[in-house]
Parts: sequence; structure tokens; C-alpha cells
Amino acid sequence: MPVVAAGQPAPQFSLQRPEGAAFTHEDLLGRTTVLVFYPFAFSPVCTDQLSVYNDLLEDFAERGATLYGVSCDAHYSQTAFKDALHIEIEQLSDFEPKGAVCAAFGVLHPGGFPQRALVLIGPDGVVKWSYEAASPSELPGANLIFDALSAD
Amino acid sequence: MIVYGDYECPFCAALEARLHTLALRVCFRHFPVRSSHPRAHPAACAAEAAHEQGAFWEMHDALFADQGRLEDPHLWARAERLGLDVARFDADRRGDAVSERVRRDFRAAVRAGVVTTPTVFVRDVAITGRATIEAVSRIEPGSGPARTH
Repeated sequence: MPVVAAGQPAPQFSLQRPEGAAFTHEDLLGRTTVLVFYPFAFSPVCTDQLSVYNDLLEDFAERGATLYGVSCDAHYSQTAFKDALHIEIEQLSDFEPKGAVCAAFGVLHPGGFPQRALVLIGPDGVVKWSYEAASPSELPGANLIFDALSAD
Repeated sequence: MIVYGDYECPFCAALEARLHTLALRVCFRHFPVRSSHPRAHPAACAAEAAHEQGAFWEMHDALFADQGRLEDPHLWARAERLGLDVARFDADRRGDAVSERVRRDFRAAVRAGVVTTPTVFVRDVAITGRATIEAVSRIEPGSGPARTH
């Protein structure tokens, strides 16, 4: 199944926030959200990707968008990753049932981890834009997100 | 040719060494990736602060020449060696104007689709990582050195 396409409503889902609370479809409503699916905490490409995006948080905020990192890592691993990178992007865990949310968004790699993908969701809970990298080693430029935000 | 690089990136240093042998017209822009290279941003600011005293390329070359020494005392030592006013250099590198110039390069890089270093644009085609070194090796030597940043 390919990544959920523009125009489709975001699926119902439940991810785990660092403090253990759930992040669900309801949390998408009323604001613009970018879900950044990445394969593994601490893997080299993910490190650069989240670091570059983090340096642009001010620019994303100016456009009204909030970014979240999503992986199948346990939230303890994600928090360690976030702390090690000194980044502010909140991490959401798809650990249990593992990969269920990634599968719902169409980004679960056969290897059991998220394909590198970006999903932009509008305040109405509808996907406005999505992008799936050709391979886990491809690092999507932040310009793709800005272009999608500007397409409103 | 436009080069997006950071001073703590080993491939950028290798590319830089290759560029020196080719005498190309090079425009260098900063793309510090903080997580991988925590000293890249301070180093970029150091180069821009040196620019305030007319010594951008001298500092640029000095930074790439010794990537193992990018802590603050090493930056001051370079400034001193280059004959700069070290107090002014230190104030400038921490100042808003310099920080904004580095930020401007970073934003321009993002808009151009840059995601990693080094990235070079040769005739509007982007080449990244190790491939840049091979790519520039295929370029005929020019009549430089005319460098801008």
C-alpha cells in the first residue's frame, strides 16, 4: 500500500507521546501537522534529516505547521535520540502494536520499520500532501515541505 | 560552481583540497548540520567574522586545514595567526549580523533542495556527498582562482 495520498482523510490512529499519553487523529484537528516518518533513531540519515528540519522550526511555525517525528522505536529510544541531537521536534512512537500506524499511513517498510516519508495534514484532518522517499537512504529536502505548505 | 559545505565535514575538506588544484570559480556557502557536526556553526561564524576584517578565505582555508581543532581557543589562535584583531573577531562571530549571514546561506540551501554536505551545483545540477569529489575531478581546470562567498 502506498503512502496515504492528498485528499484522503488521515486514518484513525494512536501513537505514544514521550510521557506515555496517546497522540491520535483528534490531535490533528484545528492545526497543520507534518508527520516525519523515519526508519530508526540514531541512524545516520535520520540524524541529519531531523537536525536540518529542527534548524527550520521557526520557519515552519511561521507557516503554522507543527512537525512530529514518527518511528517504531520505543519512546525511551526516541527521547534519547532527541536529547542526543539537541532537537525540539516531538517524537511519537509506533512501538506497540509495532508499525500499526505506519501501516495505516501506508509507509511500513517490509523490514518492519517506517519508510522515510512525509505527510502533511490540514486542520480538517485531511491529507494535503505526502511524499515517500525512493529508499530509506534518500533524505527528503525541507524545501519539499515548504513547497507543500505554500501550495495552500 | 556553488559549494554548500561545513567546516567539520571531512568530505567537504577533501573536496576543498581537490578544488584548490583546479582553479575554478567557486562560490562557498554555509550549510552547518549541527547534530553531526556541532562545531560547524561556530566555525562558519568564525569565517564570517574573519570576513569583517577582509580575511574570509584565509580563515576558510585555515579551518579546512585542521578540522580536529575547531573549539573556541583554536578559532582565536587562527585569528591571531592571521593577524586579525582577536577581540573584534570574537565579538563579531557571536554577533547577530554574522549569525544572520550563516542563516541566510542555510535557508538558501534549503530552498535549493540541499540536504547534506558537501553539495555542489555545477550548471544547476546538484551533486552530493562523496560523488562531488569525483564530479569535480572531471571538470577542466579553469583560469581562477576567483572565489566568492
